[in-house]
Order: sequence, then structure tokens, then C-alpha cells
Amino acid sequence: MTSRYTRRELMVVAAAREIRDHEVVFVGMRLPLLGFGLAKATHAPHAIGLFENGVIRDRPAEAFIYTMGDPPNIVGAVACLGLVDVMSLLQQGRVDVGFIGGAEVDPLGNLNTTRTSSSGALTRLPGSGGAGDIASLAGRTVLIMEHEPRRFRERVDYVTSPGHFPGRRRGGPATLITTLGVFDLSTGRVRAASLHPGVTPQQVREATGFAITIEDRTPATAIPTADELAYIRHADPDGFWTGDSMKTG
Amino acid sequence: MKLKRSLREAIAEQVHDGDAIALGLALESGIPFAAVHEIIRQQRRDLTLIGPISDMAFDQMIAAGTVAKVIAAWVGNVAGGSGYGFRRAYEQGQPRRIVMEDHSNFTVGLALKAAAMGLPYLPTFTGIGGDIVRGHPRIRPIGDPFGGPDLLAVGALRPDVAIIHVQRADAQGNAHLWGNLGLTVEAAYAARQTIVICEEVVPEAVIRSDPNRTVIPGFLVSAVVEEPGGALPSSVQGYWRRDFEPFLAYHRMSRTPEGVQSWLREWVLDLPDRAAYLQHMGEANLARLRVSERRPAAEANFAP
Repeated sequence: MTSRYTRRELMVVAAAREIRDHEVVFVGMRLPLLGFGLAKATHAPHAIGLFENGVIRDRPAEAFIYTMGDPPNIVGAVACLGLVDVMSLLQQGRVDVGFIGGAEVDPLGNLNTTRTSSSGALTRLPGSGGAGDIASLAGRTVLIMEHEPRRFRERVDYVTSPGHFPGRRRGGPATLITTLGVFDLSTGRVRAASLHPGVTPQQVREATGFAITIEDRTPATAIPTADELAYIRHADPDGFWTGDSMKTG
Repeated sequence: MKLKRSLREAIAEQVHDGDAIALGLALESGIPFAAVHEIIRQQRRDLTLIGPISDMAFDQMIAAGTVAKVIAAWVGNVAGGSGYGFRRAYEQGQPRRIVMEDHSNFTVGLALKAAAMGLPYLPTFTGIGGDIVRGHPRIRPIGDPFGGPDLLAVGALRPDVAIIHVQRADAQGNAHLWGNLGLTVEAAYAARQTIVICEEVVPEAVIRSDPNRTVIPGFLVSAVVEEPGGALPSSVQGYWRRDFEPFLAYHRMSRTPEGVQSWLREWVLDLPDRAAYLQHMGEANLARLRVSERRPAAEANFAP
């Protein structure tokens, strides 16, 4: 028996399961940061984490961090290099998997975090940060999104982080983890791999602004184990990232 | 040459209207907020801001009307998301219109690195297939002279001034920095002038005891400013924790033009300098944020 869990805790667990042992991971903030720690604590003890500010860690920070630049993320790191150094490792092909989020996604896994006119008026978003680099250069990418119709669009207004396109050198979107389910993007179309417990195919279709494949026998997302929840609640004791009010991406 | 300046003197002498200023280069830590606020107080105009992710520093400068152009990968508020000052300027031209040169973190880094290396550009594969690099003024497709696949060339970017916050420097500007580096080194090497702001000015023997930790040699430095707490509310490894609440408070206040003006008055315009800012924060807050415990690196023996 496991205790109750939040949707974001379920997403952290899904993110952690995308990391295989011995992989080099380009870690994002928020849920992927917890997912990396969880993977290290469970099935991927040998994973290495790269942060875009230049930090390389082989174990999670010992104290809660709000940003990757927070002092506890430096303590016990294996190296503190520069941004160009870790991006160079990424470009060289040394990174197996990277996590990115976005405001909008399309069926090819293109992410927009730059600007949109979906609401009628122009809205400026913060921009790429390192996401465009991870999308371009990682061995594969895992996308993390709020699942809402205005975010799931047939075509995004601006491709900040490129998805699948002809002539891609390597990688591309592999998995999309949302507030409703886990989706396989590796074939260049969106297919439900699992729906979170209690989520119906109808609900997913209504929240997705493009055609999406949901087969009859799509399983439910595996719920967090007691050990997984214990880790997450140790790493995020106040539910700052994993309480149900927190935004992803 | 005597390099030591007060922050007011350094900004007055070395940051001019229309300059391209690189700052916030270590990403979320060591953001030189004291310098940001001094630039706003001195009413510089038409600045170009350069940085990877700027957190709320760029947003404050944009909201104050000091900025004409931003060259960056991300402009917002790391804790809150959107940068409302940036959005108002970009979407509505308030308080003035700004030009945005969008980058990814890597292409900002490569642009500074190219300048730091004295090259016109550096090639990369990043961004291919996306919209950032399409029609970009500083990123163009090039062939590989060795016959490999096509690349993108990222043109060199040379800031007029880089503003760096470090833990310690000597009076000659030789600067020790540890923890997050981000693009600090590339920017300091690329810039025409570099203002080093430090938690403490130390005797040169301290710097020479550990030359591998010198990220900026003093001959590249144009001013040394001792300004403890000058990066707050961002963190400085071994000196200050990140103060989370002011980022959220600014995020809330900056939702409206009136709110951001009121924030700027309270925290920038009505205060003469950083000492007054720290006093306004209050001793209880400073005590909570100041790092008192020790976690020193193991000794490195430099004996010949």
C-alpha cells in the first residue's frame, strides 16, 4: 500500500524512470531535479548530472534548492566548470538524456518558450535558456508540460526547442510527461504510453489541440512506491515543487 | 594604476549611455544587483544588456527605462516565471520599446567566447531546426571546410563593460571566484572593460597562494569595488545564501507599471547606496542570509 500522492509526485517518478543507470543527464530545474535525485536513490545510482551553469554532480544536493545556482548545489559537486564547458560536452554527444519544459508543444515535439499569439494578443515568454541547446544536442529529450488545450497546439507559433525534423543530427524528443499522462514521441507522432490513474482518454483528447493516439489497452501510469514517495518528501519537504499548486516546465 | 573605486564612481566613470553591458553571468548566483541599482540611480539610457539568463536584474533595468536592447537566452524571474517589466517593454513599448536578440545559453556563450578568443565567430550545431537561428543577425549558416555537415556561425559579441561579482580580489584586480562560473570568464575576457565587485579586497598574497582560483587576471580589470552583500538577494558561495522572498515580492509588485515604480522607489531610487539597501533589509534578514559556517577546500600544496 502506498499513501496518497500528488500529480506532481507522480510526474517526478515518471521523470526518474526515464533515467537509466550510468547515464549522463542534463538536469533541468523543478521536477527533473527531483527526478534525478530519485533515480540516483533508486534504480540509477551511477547516473551523472550536468547543470547548465557548469556544475557536475554524481549525487543530489544535501539541502533543498530553489535554483541550480543555490549554494547547496555546489557543496559536494564533483566539478564546477563553466557553461561553455558543459554545453561542449552536450554538443560532443556525451549527454544521454536531457529534460526540458515549455509553454506550448506540437505533435513533432517542438517546444515554444519565446512568444505566442494563441490568446489573440502577443505574449512574450522568457525564452530558451538552455532548453534549445538540450533539444538540439542531447541523445534524447524528455519534455515536461502542463496538459492544457492552449498549450497543445497543431503548430507552435515559434520553435524555441526543436523537435523532430528531417536532417536532425541526433536525438530528439523521446517522451512527454504531462499532468495527464506519459506519451511516446520517439516516432515523430504522439502516442499515449500511459495515462495517470483516474484520467480518461476523453479527458486527454479534450486537453490536446491535435490528434493523439490512445490505444484501448493503454495502461495506467505506475503509481509511486512508498520508497519513492519517501525520497521525494525528504527532498521537497514542504511540497514546494510537488504540491499540486506548483507549475511545471 | 589605482583600480579601487566606490561603486558610484565605477559606474559613473565606466558605464555610459548606449553601452553594451554584460552581467548576471554566473546565472542565478552572484548577480551584481548593487551595480544594477546604481546604474538605474544614475539614469543611464539606451543600454544593451548581455547575459545568459538574467533573473530579475534585467527586468528591473528594463522597467526603469535604462535599456534599448537585450541580447540573452532567457529574461524573466527564475522564482516567478514571467518578467513583467520585460513583457511590457516588448509587448507594449512601456516604458519604452526594446529590441530583443534571442539566443540559447550556448549561443550567448559562444558569442562571448569568440570575442574572448579574438575570433570573428565560432561554429556550432546547436539551434539547427529551430526558429532562434532563423534570420538571426548574429547567427548564420556556414559550410564545414573539412567536408562535414553544415554548421552555424555565431558571431563574436564584445561587451563594452562586464560587471562581475566575486568573493575576493586584490587591489590589482586579480579576482578569485568559486562555485558557479557560468559565462563569467568568457565575458570578462571578451569585454573592453571589466568591473570587479567583491565581497572583500584581500592582500595580494591571498590571491597568489592559489593562482588556479584566479578567474580574471587583474590586467583585464578596469575597476575593483569592495561591496559586501552587493549581489543580494542572489547568493555568493561561502558568503550569502539566496534570499528567495524578494524575488517573489518583485514578481508580485512588477505586475503593474505603478507597482514596479513603487518597488523601484523603495529599493533603488530612495536609497543612496548599497549600505542603505542592506540597512533597509534589516539586520535580522542579513543574519539569516549570512553564511557563518566553514566548509573550506582541502589545502593544495604549491611548494616548488
